[in-house]
This record gives sequence, structure tokens and C-alpha cells, in this order.
Amino acid sequence: MSMFRRHADTCVARFAADEVSVLRQVATEVIGLLTDGFDRGDPVVERLFPDVYGDDPAQAADFRRYTEGDLKTAKIDQAGAILAALPSTGGAVVRLDPEAAEAWLRALNDVRLALGIRLDVKDDTDLLEELDDAVMRDPTSARVRQLTMYQYLGVLQESLLDAIIARGG
Amino acid sequence: MVGMTAPQVAPMETPDIEEVPAEDRPWVTIVWNDPVNLMSYVTWVFQKLFGYSKDRAEALMLDVHHKGRAIVSSGARERMEHDASRLHAYGLWATVDKQ
Repeated sequence: MSMFRRHADTCVARFAADEVSVLRQVATEVIGLLTDGFDRGDPVVERLFPDVYGDDPAQAADFRRYTEGDLKTAKIDQAGAILAALPSTGGAVVRLDPEAAEAWLRALNDVRLALGIRLDVKDDTDLLEELDDAVMRDPTSARVRQLTMYQYLGVLQESLLDAIIARGG
Repeated sequence: MVGMTAPQVAPMETPDIEEVPAEDRPWVTIVWNDPVNLMSYVTWVFQKLFGYSKDRAEALMLDVHHKGRAIVSSGARERMEHDASRLHAYGLWATVDKQ
């Protein structure tokens, strides 16, 4: 499994072809949710664009009118940063300058939020247990694949954060 | 929130850091717990957006984690809305309320 490391000012990771394909897929899905597929009733959209006034829908809607466009653009851009750094197929060594590294970090968080909601991840969810159960039921199921991706993206995000925080050298 | 590399932190008493006098700072930004965001990431976001020390950011993160929510900033209403927007850009679940 690939991890980010810090080299001078850049965060570097070598991705295998299947990792590139997973990253492209999840980033593309998030961009889809934020563009043509944008649906306020989708729990993922609700989570990515929370109501700022939880108990006052009118005020929350008013605030959203002014801020949603910018937030959407920012999230599309950061998911786009993932696609921009990856080849369309095959493995790759990815080198991220500080700005791109932070865009990736935020985008990885968005894709994990989206996957987490689809997988119904709760505070007490034991991912490995979930994965074991899902594999027992059907090792080829979409749930097995999504749980594996979710686990992988968490480790990758943590490694990128560590690389961002680390002093260059 | 979840920790990826370290074992889950045992519940502990954290000092109450809501030290802002209520009378002149009626609006607050609240961050709510969620099961996806990494503990290390949330701490980093608090440091990055608010300039908090690692210790303060970590204490806030643990408050969110254990108590379900924490006040992360307070001040004028417009500033709190701005803070909440920035937190949303980082994927944290933030709301604005009166203290």
C-alpha cells in the first residue's frame, strides 16, 4: 500500500496502477456529486454542505445562498487536484507541492466522508470486523470493495498529513 | 473521529476551554463529532485555521470526540459564519449559534 513521504518541500508517493484507478474513480465520483448529480437530499451532500444554523432552516438557507457556490467550487477544485496529478492509466510517482498537497488532503477527506456515509460508518464501527463479515457473505461484493477502499484512503490521508506536518529535508 | 495509527485515546477529563466571557462574545462556532474524520486531521485543521497551539487544538479535538461537540471560536456573528464556512471547506461539521 502506498504512503506519502516528505522530500524537501514536496510530498511524494508511488502509486500502483490499481491505486491510481481507485483514486481517479473516487475523485470523479465526488466531482459528479458536486456537479450534474448535485442533490440537496443526498446525505453525502448534506454532510459536505452542513446547515450552518442547525435549528433555523430559513437562516441556514439564506446563508447557503451566499456561500454554497464558493464551497462547491473549492471542493470540485480539490478533487480535480487528485485527477490532475495522476495519469489516466498505469502506476505513477506523484509529487505534490505544498498547495497541491493540501488540496489532496482536503479532497481525500471529502471522498472518505462520502464513502463513510454510503457505508453507514458510525463512531463504534469496527472496520476490520465489518470487512470480515462482508467477505464471509460475499468476497466479490461491492461492500467489500468499498470497505477496502475506505480503509486504504484513511491510511493514505494519514500518511499525507504526516508528510505535510513533517519538516522538509 | 478515528485514529488511524495510534490506538484510540482513552476517555479523559479535559479542562473546559470555553474561557470567553459570554457578555461581549455572544456568537460561537461549534464543531460536531463525526465518525469519519481522522483525529490527527481535525487537530491539524484547528491549528491551521485558528492558529491554536498543538496542545490547545488537541484538547479541542478530544472535546469534540468525547463530548460530541466543542466551541472552537467565538466573536461577531459574521466572523463565526466565516469560520464555519472555512471548516466546511475542510470537511468538518460546523454550525453557528448563540452562546
